Amino acid sequence: MQIFNALRQYYWPFRRYFLGSIFFLVFVTGFTVVYPIFLQLAIDEGIVNQNYDLIPILAIGFIIVMMFKGLAAFFHQYWGDVFGIKTVYQLRKGLYEKLQYLPFRYYDNARTGDLMSRLTADVEGFRFFLSFGFAQLFNFVMIIVFSLIVMFYYSPQLALITLFMMPILAITVQRFDKFVHPAFKEIRISMASLNTRVQENVSGMNTVKSLSKEEFEKDRFDEKNSHYRDRYLYTSGIWSKYFPVMEFIGNVAVVLLLAYGGYLAIYGTLTPGAFVAFFSLVWYIMGPLMNLGFIINTFSQSKASGERLLEVLNEPVDIKDDETAIDAGRLTGDVSFEDVSFYYPNEEKSALRNVSFQVNHGETIGLMGQTGAGKSSVTQLIARFYEATHGQVKIDGKSVQDYTIKTLRENIGFVLQEPFLFSSSIRDNISYGRPEAGLDEIIEAARRADAHEFIEALPNGYDTVLGERGMGLSGGQKQRISIARALLVNPSILILDDATSAVDMQTEVKIQKAFRELMKGRTTFIIAHRISSVQHADQIFVLENGKMKEQGKHNELLEEGGMYKRIYDIQYQDLQSIEKESIR
Amino acid sequence: MSTTRVMERFRYSQDTAIEKPFNWEKLTRLLHYMKESGSLIVKAIVAMLITTAVRLIVPLIIGQWALDFALANEDYGLMLQLAVFALSLYIFSLFANRLRIKWTNEIGQNAIHALRKQLFNHIQGLSNRFFDNRSAGSILVRVVNDVNALQELFTNGIINMLMDMIMLISIVIILFTLSPPLALAVLIVLPIMFFISTKLRRNIRRSWQTVRIRQSKLNSHLNESIQGVRVTQSFSQEENNMAFFKGVNKENYDAWDEASKKSAVFRPFVEMANALGSAVLIWYGAYLVMTGSIGFGVLVSFAFFLGMFWEPISRLGQVYNQLLVAMASSERIFEFLDEEPNVKSKHDGNEATNLKGDIQFESVTFAYDESRKALNSISLSIPKGQTIALVGHTGSGKSTIANLISRYYDPTGGRIMLDGVDLKDYKLHRLREEVSTVLQDTFIFSGTIRENIRFGKPDATDEEVEQAATAIGANHFIEKLQNGYETEVEERGNVLSVGERQLLSFARTLLANPKIIILDEATASIDTETEVKIQQALKTLLHGRTSIMIAHRLSTIREADNIIVLEQGNVLENGNHEQLMKREGKYFDLVMSQFKALTV
Repeated sequence: MQIFNALRQYYWPFRRYFLGSIFFLVFVTGFTVVYPIFLQLAIDEGIVNQNYDLIPILAIGFIIVMMFKGLAAFFHQYWGDVFGIKTVYQLRKGLYEKLQYLPFRYYDNARTGDLMSRLTADVEGFRFFLSFGFAQLFNFVMIIVFSLIVMFYYSPQLALITLFMMPILAITVQRFDKFVHPAFKEIRISMASLNTRVQENVSGMNTVKSLSKEEFEKDRFDEKNSHYRDRYLYTSGIWSKYFPVMEFIGNVAVVLLLAYGGYLAIYGTLTPGAFVAFFSLVWYIMGPLMNLGFIINTFSQSKASGERLLEVLNEPVDIKDDETAIDAGRLTGDVSFEDVSFYYPNEEKSALRNVSFQVNHGETIGLMGQTGAGKSSVTQLIARFYEATHGQVKIDGKSVQDYTIKTLRENIGFVLQEPFLFSSSIRDNISYGRPEAGLDEIIEAARRADAHEFIEALPNGYDTVLGERGMGLSGGQKQRISIARALLVNPSILILDDATSAVDMQTEVKIQKAFRELMKGRTTFIIAHRISSVQHADQIFVLENGKMKEQGKHNELLEEGGMYKRIYDIQYQDLQSIEKESIR
Repeated sequence: MSTTRVMERFRYSQDTAIEKPFNWEKLTRLLHYMKESGSLIVKAIVAMLITTAVRLIVPLIIGQWALDFALANEDYGLMLQLAVFALSLYIFSLFANRLRIKWTNEIGQNAIHALRKQLFNHIQGLSNRFFDNRSAGSILVRVVNDVNALQELFTNGIINMLMDMIMLISIVIILFTLSPPLALAVLIVLPIMFFISTKLRRNIRRSWQTVRIRQSKLNSHLNESIQGVRVTQSFSQEENNMAFFKGVNKENYDAWDEASKKSAVFRPFVEMANALGSAVLIWYGAYLVMTGSIGFGVLVSFAFFLGMFWEPISRLGQVYNQLLVAMASSERIFEFLDEEPNVKSKHDGNEATNLKGDIQFESVTFAYDESRKALNSISLSIPKGQTIALVGHTGSGKSTIANLISRYYDPTGGRIMLDGVDLKDYKLHRLREEVSTVLQDTFIFSGTIRENIRFGKPDATDEEVEQAATAIGANHFIEKLQNGYETEVEERGNVLSVGERQLLSFARTLLANPKIIILDEATASIDTETEVKIQQALKTLLHGRTSIMIAHRLSTIREADNIIVLEQGNVLENGNHEQLMKREGKYFDLVMSQFKALTV
């Protein structure tokens, strides 16, 4: 119950729809039980007692009552739905806002598929119970109460017989639920695993084809495909075992009514009309009773769904503006690290250990080192995507925590290794960071990123709409658009996180030429593996295992003869030998 | 930003037609998949007929015989007999029901299984051209979601449709047998009910379709916003995105509200249709009973049957909806199934086992589409065991040559010979077994490291797997992992570094032991020291095989037996490093430009 309580703010404001819906449900259920009564009156009073005048009254009365029932049903259903969809609207809004602000730390361990299933299936699961499940549960109780009242009024003995059948049915339903629930879960797991198999096959199709393993893949898939069918059939086996039994129990009640009710009708006190009415009432009860398992299921599912939603909603946004944070407008771009250490959450090894440096505005910094040496961590701490575990990261002499996050990130332009583009026009992708930018500014940025030419060559130019994840563009083209995107925000600090590795050498030379102009007046951090990308930097930092290993200009580091020199040697031995050849 | 600009911030294709008009051809093609179940269908129909019959007989027992004969004659013996009769019918029906559920599910699942199998297998045979134009997600949706959408139709839909139609017709017949005038009077509700369940339903169905289309737009955005959240945060666009989402969320809400309202309006109509029938029954039925033309048991039977009317009609409406949804899904599935592979394997193809690896291009021309010519009448000779480096800009035709050798595409003109035989004359899978491409982005399947290496040769023993890994030098890092070869890895996981993935893929290829290796040299994101390690492993891998490399690093290029410099689909120059340097042509320029990048 505390799950419903915790999610209260999302549905409680709309309680009047819920209460209204329940209010009308009472009438819907009440009017339902009226039908057997009318039938009984028509038979007993109208026909048996030859009171024909009563018949038209009953007929017209019945229509009127049903008119009210229809009206009540409308409000019950509509308001119930409105209650649910208003809640969904609020929930989605809350979830989306949360997702926008959750820190990188969260996304490092989150899977898109899992989050999506929370946002879709779990939101739906929760709504379904609110809109439908709860009302059904309520309806179930009421229909039994109402029906039993009418039954006891007509014949206590017969009512008791019906009452006696109910626990038997309930036990069967409960047993059924016990078996079918895990079986359904297994179907879902089997489907998920089939899904993964197909996903991997399609994503790895190049690998499959290059090793000619199609037949192997077919066999592997067939295993999953058959497993799913078998799980499904196993479940439908349970279904086929219990479902007819449940129906049978209801039917036994009908048979008992026929035998005992018939006895009472012939020898006893039961009127023929009441006898007939009983059959209708029994059917009214048996229907919902058979659905009980399903309804209880929606309840337990909504609980599980609510729990999974709460996990997202309660996730702390630990990187947020301090109360005293200032909106500093444009920053100059002096960056300093003072004894900074950093651990990624859930990882024992530190990503940065006691790193200190001072960068003046306008300088270009090259960051080198092996994968995992801590290069990206340095840049991510500057933009406050993570928080330093120890030490101070400062921009313009103030800690990054002293600025609002907006100030900070508006002053920092990021080009990530994997260029992510949105399903939108090229124009909107470039202006993503500054939606109000004019077309001339956008074109200018594209020119500088060496993207203008190929964009113009596209049939719709800047209005070309890109598909999912920039489908239709090559890796180099996507990267150039993402560079233009970073340029358009005119940042004081530019971070190129391995930005040119996806393009070939020739293109890289071209882009780098463009870069050189761009870096003017900006502090630029370049993460790269190629010496050629960093050799002109004002300072080069070589990191190893999170520590600052070497620091200095190209020539200084070459003289130092450390790791930088080693990398240089490897990368340029070819050229050196060519050089020798050409001298010779 | 203005509202219109906000709403154009992201654009999602909305071709997600949820339903299509009914089409017999497609339906019969779908039904074809049920044929496999053969006699099961007949058995399921018999079981279904039995349960339907019982459901129809019991109201007659109660209505007519119990009331008009037993009760009216105060014959309790008959009443008991009827009860026993009903009970035995029910027991009979209990078993029939069980079998019906079991059998219909089997039929449905067999059909789904067969369809999915065919679809998946068919996709395996499709050519690269097919995969070039589609995202992995869109293919996944067809194999999983679209097939699932047919599940209900196959399992319950079609059998239920039969059952409901039989039920309706039987009820009408029974009612007319019991009392033609009363049947005629009561059945005026039938057209009303049909009207409600078709006309009104259609309206409602369309509203729900709008909801689903908006929902899919919303989901597309959610998905994208999660994947691109890092970009969003680095450009601090959270608020603008929220404004967009608010619009999408509202659109969805409005459509949903509309659809709910329409569905709820449906309810009073249903109630009224039912009520009208019952009122006519009470009024006219009672009159007929009083005038003595029918027994009052007939009246009761009518009441029972009338109550049974709505369910099948309503369910038929549902099946019709299912059918329309199935039309859309099956159209998408059939589109894939009808896709012909561009590259076909010859039935009586050459299964040669002892290939040497001599490759010959004889004036090969290739165009991806009419406007884009990729290769211009190229002739090449690659003797067995040699290493060839392909050099040139993006789009110069390097990858095309590689793709043609693997027969991912067929040349538009000319031919390619392997050991003197046209590539097309080999069985495709045989050819591909001998030609392996080592890709830039190594794909890791979820499973253990051992399974990933074994992918190259599924029947390899554990020893063979380990030998391959050792030969490549991957054993060092593998053995350092906690569970060694049994360590679980997955595609996006971070257990392995880029370099380690590359080594894994080498080991995989070594195990596959192809005669020809095509290597798309990784340029990206490998640090230099790792790259050196990889180069050594590569030498082991290439030893004794014909190899074609798309190379970027000068050190690799220099060591090639033959360097082919390509430009716009033409071979500009070829020869080894020394020869080309002496020519001072394009290759010389290329080398020098990199040289300059270093020294300036």
